[in-house]
Amino acid sequence: MKKLMRHRRYLAALALMLVSLGHAESPDTPAAPAIPGGSFESVLPPAPSVKNVRIQPFRLDRTPVTNEQFATFLRTHPQWRRDRVAKVFADEQYLSHWQAPLDPGQENLRRPVVHVSWFAATAYCEAQGARLPRWHEWEYVAAASDRQRDARNDPAWRQQILSWYSRSGRGPLPAVGGTTANAFGIQDLHGVIWEWVEDAGGMLVSSDNREQSSADVMRFCGEGALTMEQKENYATLMRIAMLSSMKARYTSATMGFRCASDVRTGS
Amino acid sequence: MNRLLPLLASSAALLLGACTNDAPIPASHAASLSDTGGSRKGDFGPPQGEPIKAVLTSPPNVPPATNRNYPAKVVVELEVTEVDMEIAEGVTYTFWTFGGTVPGSFIRVRQGDTVEFRLKNHPSSKMPHNIDLHGVTGPGGGAASSFTAPGHQTQFTFKALNQGLYVYHCATAPVGMHVANGMYGLILVEPPEGLPPVDHEFYVMQGDFYTVGKYREKGHQAFDMQKAIDENASYVLFNGSETALTGPRALKAKVNQSVRMFIGNGGPNLVSSFHVIGEIFDKVQYEGGTRFQENVQTTLIPAGGAVTVEFHTEVPGNYVLVDHSIFRAFNKGALAILEVSGEERQEIYSGKQLDEMYIGDKLASLAPVAEAAKASTTGTLTKAQQMQAGAVLFKGTCSTCHQDTGQGLPNVFPPLAKSDYLLSDKNRAIAVVLNGLSGPVTVNGAQYNSVMPPMSQLNDDEVANILTYALNSWGNSDGTVTADEVAKVRATTKRAEGAAH
Repeated sequence: MKKLMRHRRYLAALALMLVSLGHAESPDTPAAPAIPGGSFESVLPPAPSVKNVRIQPFRLDRTPVTNEQFATFLRTHPQWRRDRVAKVFADEQYLSHWQAPLDPGQENLRRPVVHVSWFAATAYCEAQGARLPRWHEWEYVAAASDRQRDARNDPAWRQQILSWYSRSGRGPLPAVGGTTANAFGIQDLHGVIWEWVEDAGGMLVSSDNREQSSADVMRFCGEGALTMEQKENYATLMRIAMLSSMKARYTSATMGFRCASDVRTGS
Repeated sequence: MNRLLPLLASSAALLLGACTNDAPIPASHAASLSDTGGSRKGDFGPPQGEPIKAVLTSPPNVPPATNRNYPAKVVVELEVTEVDMEIAEGVTYTFWTFGGTVPGSFIRVRQGDTVEFRLKNHPSSKMPHNIDLHGVTGPGGGAASSFTAPGHQTQFTFKALNQGLYVYHCATAPVGMHVANGMYGLILVEPPEGLPPVDHEFYVMQGDFYTVGKYREKGHQAFDMQKAIDENASYVLFNGSETALTGPRALKAKVNQSVRMFIGNGGPNLVSSFHVIGEIFDKVQYEGGTRFQENVQTTLIPAGGAVTVEFHTEVPGNYVLVDHSIFRAFNKGALAILEVSGEERQEIYSGKQLDEMYIGDKLASLAPVAEAAKASTTGTLTKAQQMQAGAVLFKGTCSTCHQDTGQGLPNVFPPLAKSDYLLSDKNRAIAVVLNGLSGPVTVNGAQYNSVMPPMSQLNDDEVANILTYALNSWGNSDGTVTADEVAKVRATTKRAEGAAH
């Protein structure tokens, strides 16, 4: 039995290595597991009268995109190098943590790529025939603990997520794949980095989120978008605050991304 | 960007009330009170002269007075950083700060000034931040205009129409967590004529903190959201650390000086019953406003509010700033010290003039003590008399801790019965009674670490009698102690300063 377990662990490690080398798939740890669709109560309901969001089946990268993967992308898409990128697509800090325009530095290879703009992240995913996940997709998958698909009411799980915010952002980032996979088989959704979503620019969260029923909020949001039932869902709320503070050309030392893709029905 | 879906989003549930409410004053009141006119009389026209870069100070320091008689454009540059600092000895916490400190940098402007406010969010920050200054007239107090992603900066400008002392704080979701992590500070809007000069101005701000570990549990402590929601604070602190204003970092003044303190309360949850032990506030400007009350003992500071207190020092010593919700002071850290040095003023405060035993109607039981004292002066004191007097004195002085049986209390107070520590060194025993003892000691192989106060109220005879009793009770049999021996030890040791029974 013990031997078997060790064997499994070895296989998992091997699969991870393969993932990092070239998105190779293994049945145990696919690089982008399929996420079953479902109905989901978001903190951001699509409309005041609609409580649940329907999530169509999709695929989501198991781990965030690494510096190494992003460097590979730049070799075929040099217009996204930090020394060539158009200023409207990325701010001055874009990939500023790299040693050179095509060299992330050895220590950064396995770490999630950060200091990337929404535009650059979108271009990367497009180049893989994929796209950024949408907010509701991200939220749906990120609600899972390692045991439950929706663990948002589990206080221990919530506290575990919040603990990431209880450390300052000055230390180096960990390598991707270091956290336990959640019930969907996805890793690193919490406790490593923030992540871009496709519809980040549409997050019309007021930049003073205490405003109540002003005309603007009514126009964009209807009433009570963040329901009272979820007011303790601080972890999600902080994601939204972060995303809404970022413009599409902005980059930050803790903002990275992963890609998603549609699952074609009938195939 | 064409694919962006407009998400209908608001986090309206986390709202605080609007900060400005310019309700008109009824005419009858306006006539009877000479008001300063508030915001209606706070606009002194466009800024004059060259723009001035505001001097920002870290607590407990306060920037110098503006010393201006005209409205200026004042540029404030405030940097937000997320930093690990000590919240208590051996306990670290990741604070979110305005200017690297808790509370944030003190800002000082003059009523009518045009303030160009630049908020910089350090690239190492994980969170976006913004600022709501209660001294701003305008929606959100600047919050929406200053919403800043990590590694970015924003700017907005306001005119400081109302004089007073105002709290500022971060208002980014989740607001409570940003405030609980230390994101608050004070901005003083001086009246046009300035404030009367004083010898010292200090900046102190109270805040409550919520950690996963208990009070003083060592190591790095994470924020505990549930405790924050329950308003069950782990720490209540002045200036963000249990040691911010104690020991070498205590506030300092001299006797016969005027002291002004700008005291804020960042919350997020608790209101403060602010009190300085041993002082009376000559003047209190409630909530940082214009009018003052005099002769105040304790003043309430709301969460998100401030107060200016002034007093004059007369007597040297340590004055303790507390939240008089007193368990917060002694069990959660809400303590700060103001050290006042200078000449004693015994006509105002004498210090301890008397400290002797009082046992109510049991005076009769003191007879053996009186008898022994008398015998001592005539040189006829016997060991039996000493034992009898010592027994009475022991009961009144020592038995609370060491117990009638001389057994002490396990792990707390060491035993005297068959105590190697007591019996091995008579002079040391005398010194301990005279001077007290604190810190670790080993008695009969067990460690004790508590404090015994000096028994400074006992005279040489009494100490001799108590020790003779202790050396010959509960199985001990070890000779006598004389008043002369006590006098010798008393002459060669100096008891700790400030020691009292």
